Amino acid sequence: MAPTMRPGDAAFAAVEHVNAELFTLTYGAIVRQLLTDFEEIEEVNKQLDTMGYNIGIRLIDDFLAKSNVTRCTEFRETADAIAKVGFKMFLGATATVSNWNSDSTECSLILEENPLVDFVELPETCQGLHYCNILCGVIRGALEMISMRTEVKWIRDMLHGDDAFEMRLKLLDQVPEEYPYKDDE
Amino acid sequence: MATVRTRMRCLYVFNRNGICLHYHVWLRPLITLSAQQDQKLLFGLLYSLKSFAAKVDPLSTGKENLSFQQPPGQGCSFHSFRTNTYKLSLLETPSGIKFILVTDPRMGDLRDAMKYIYNIYVEYVVKNPLYEPGQPFRCELFNSTLDQYVKTLE
Repeated sequence: MAPTMRPGDAAFAAVEHVNAELFTLTYGAIVRQLLTDFEEIEEVNKQLDTMGYNIGIRLIDDFLAKSNVTRCTEFRETADAIAKVGFKMFLGATATVSNWNSDSTECSLILEENPLVDFVELPETCQGLHYCNILCGVIRGALEMISMRTEVKWIRDMLHGDDAFEMRLKLLDQVPEEYPYKDDE
Repeated sequence: MATVRTRMRCLYVFNRNGICLHYHVWLRPLITLSAQQDQKLLFGLLYSLKSFAAKVDPLSTGKENLSFQQPPGQGCSFHSFRTNTYKLSLLETPSGIKFILVTDPRMGDLRDAMKYIYNIYVEYVVKNPLYEPGQPFRCELFNSTLDQYVKTLE
């Protein structure tokens, strides 16, 4: 009997792969350039989030087209899809979902491995920097395109000495689609 | 005079705000409305049809909000209708992008074809850094890849 494939594996196999080191080094170059351009750490964090947002609004279509997901209304299912299929497909790393709150509107995504931070150490001057803030923006942008407004922040960061990467996803509201034309036109 | 034998009539791509991102025509001898009215009419029709199909569903649990607004993430409740002269197929993605393909009525199930067209859209339009999301697009590569793919469906 063939070994069972986890849902992310099929999607991972279907996409074109890029060299991991090239990816890590390119991302590092972007962050360094942002630090030079903006100088203030908070501003860099915000820029990374905005860049991530712009990526996320496009990435969602790529994800939906390649992963055959057709329904996406429950926040729980969505968080699972991001962790198991999304992260695997785009970063080659799986995440786990945990720490749901009582009404299923908040959860944590924990990443054991993160290709963005290979070879990275934060210097003394950049201690407030959320190096992987782009990922928060990507998730926020992608979820906004499927009618879920969220807030995504880092809680644990291995570059700050913690033992894993943990981001907190909070669902603010689900905005239903509005009929764009007025009835009298 | 060469006769054009094609089973495809036209393709519309709408986003969640009703903006027609793309209109591609292969064969459409009779045009009665201006392009803008035609697109608005089609978008309105599909919005109403989806809502109607969801409400009339005998297996629905009744949990869904029965008001006019429905989140696009519900998935398509209907995917095609056929008349004597054409068949209209719809693919709606959870991100609100709608693909409408009008073809010859004898065409079979086009759901897989629509998914492939979605993939073409992602490759040439979404991934294009010069494309502004939410605006109509005109992309030669998209058009030529689409034409080539559509020939294989004939």
